Amino acid sequence: MLNKKLFKNPNLAPENLHRGLVQPAGLPETACPRCNRRVSSEQLAKAFWVCPHCGLYHKVSARARIALTLDYNSFEEMDKDYASQDPLRFPGYQDKLAQARRQSGEQEGVVTGTGRVDGIPCAFFAMEPGFMMGSMGTAVGEKITRLFEHALRHRLSVLGFTLSGGARVQEGILSLMQMAKVSGAVREHSDAGLFYLAVLCDPTTGGVAASFAMQADIILAEPGALIGFAGPRVIEQTTRQKLPEGFQRAEFQLEHGFVNRICPREGQKSLIAQLLRLHVPPEDA
Amino acid sequence: MSEQTAPVQNIYERVQASRRHDRPDALQFIRAIVPDFIELHGDRRFADDAAIVAGLGTLSGQPVTVLALEKGENNADRLRRNFGSAQPEGYRKTLYQLRQAEKFRRPVLCFVDTAGAACGIGAEERGQGSAIAENLWELMGLHVPVISLIIGEGGSGGALALATANRVYMLDDAIYSVLSPEGAASIIWKDAGRVQEASESLRLTAQDMLDLRVIDGIVPQGQSQAGTLDAARAAMTRALAQLKAIPPERLRRERYLRFRGLGVLIS
Repeated sequence: MLNKKLFKNPNLAPENLHRGLVQPAGLPETACPRCNRRVSSEQLAKAFWVCPHCGLYHKVSARARIALTLDYNSFEEMDKDYASQDPLRFPGYQDKLAQARRQSGEQEGVVTGTGRVDGIPCAFFAMEPGFMMGSMGTAVGEKITRLFEHALRHRLSVLGFTLSGGARVQEGILSLMQMAKVSGAVREHSDAGLFYLAVLCDPTTGGVAASFAMQADIILAEPGALIGFAGPRVIEQTTRQKLPEGFQRAEFQLEHGFVNRICPREGQKSLIAQLLRLHVPPEDA
Repeated sequence: MSEQTAPVQNIYERVQASRRHDRPDALQFIRAIVPDFIELHGDRRFADDAAIVAGLGTLSGQPVTVLALEKGENNADRLRRNFGSAQPEGYRKTLYQLRQAEKFRRPVLCFVDTAGAACGIGAEERGQGSAIAENLWELMGLHVPVISLIIGEGGSGGALALATANRVYMLDDAIYSVLSPEGAASIIWKDAGRVQEASESLRLTAQDMLDLRVIDGIVPQGQSQAGTLDAARAAMTRALAQLKAIPPERLRRERYLRFRGLGVLIS
């Protein structure tokens, strides 16, 4: 799946796929944040960004998601330049945005567009861990809303990788409003009989977990992903209780009925393709 | 309805005022606005969450569904109602009532007063995120008028689950925020002491909400509590009369476009 051809696009070179995540850009190797063992970027990319030593699922940038999931060269990006305009003039936010842009190489916390999975066309979004951990402000909400509207007009399924700490505090109430806005777009898309598949990645919490992450027709989750409304630290502080082992992880959500399947990265693309194929609108089949 | 606001206060004092126990609670608004209110308990799934009050009654002779986040009337009641922080079963109670409202073409009145949705191990086990997400989904699909009034604290997703409405109003001294200023101070600055600064930066007053087009109007406080309840009744009655004239499909469309217009960017 990951062949030499894939790396011809400089954006998809292994060193760039890592931008801002576990190492500074361009380093040939990295230390796994869990086991601390060193692993080369190429080795990590070939293992779907799962540590070959300890099995930790490294966070995957939006560009790497595209490489892992969509057919080579099939991705056409939408709304590439959409970026937050600091609507509340929140102190320090401009600097934070500039830093996030440098760190991730993206303009905002989500990448949206269209592409194909094993030849099946779909609308696609992947949230960007390197950009304020995928937090949702007006630009993220607007881009995802526009993606669902585009998918509705063109009768496309939506495939979305959620990864977010929740609503972006620096855009205040307007971030909260994005939960309602995106929910409206998801609902319109759904009522037209169209399919939405979500893959919940580590972490999917707060306002994203309380809106479009949990509104998909089928909800998959990556092994070990933290999924929940309140974050574990907040719960611990509020309740002064020790949280049980595995609390809010993907496997816990599966057990409690909120996730349909756990999907490891290996074989993930073929599972997604199979599910998309089962939902091709009848008139297009 | 007016665009006046309460006398100038420091913003954090306002946040604290929005949480005071001597404010009228949701049940007082319900009694004043829907005097024939009949409470209906339970979510038909798991439990009855006392943080959510739901039921039926009439406004201007029109049958309505009433949903409220209720903080409690005294100390014992506040404990029983978890201070207005609803569990997932509370949001499944509203979900069940929203579906009933759609079936019987009943307008929905919501009263919002919460620090936020309940936070805890049980709430997570029973899917707090999913429960709120389902409410937003359901509200976006309704063909009946939905009117929300924030009467004290409008805290985060737990408030939004009852405020995804055709019209949203706020009492002039209520607040509406993505998270508490205390939470914002500790997340952004890792310093709970900067709560005053956080309160100002978040833009959480009724006037801020009107300026940002997040709400449709401010309900002025009366000289007395009765005056405030009268103003709230007048605002809701007027909104209901306006919305009843709009065809069902357009009501749904307008609700979507209302939120669709918040945070639009020019590329």
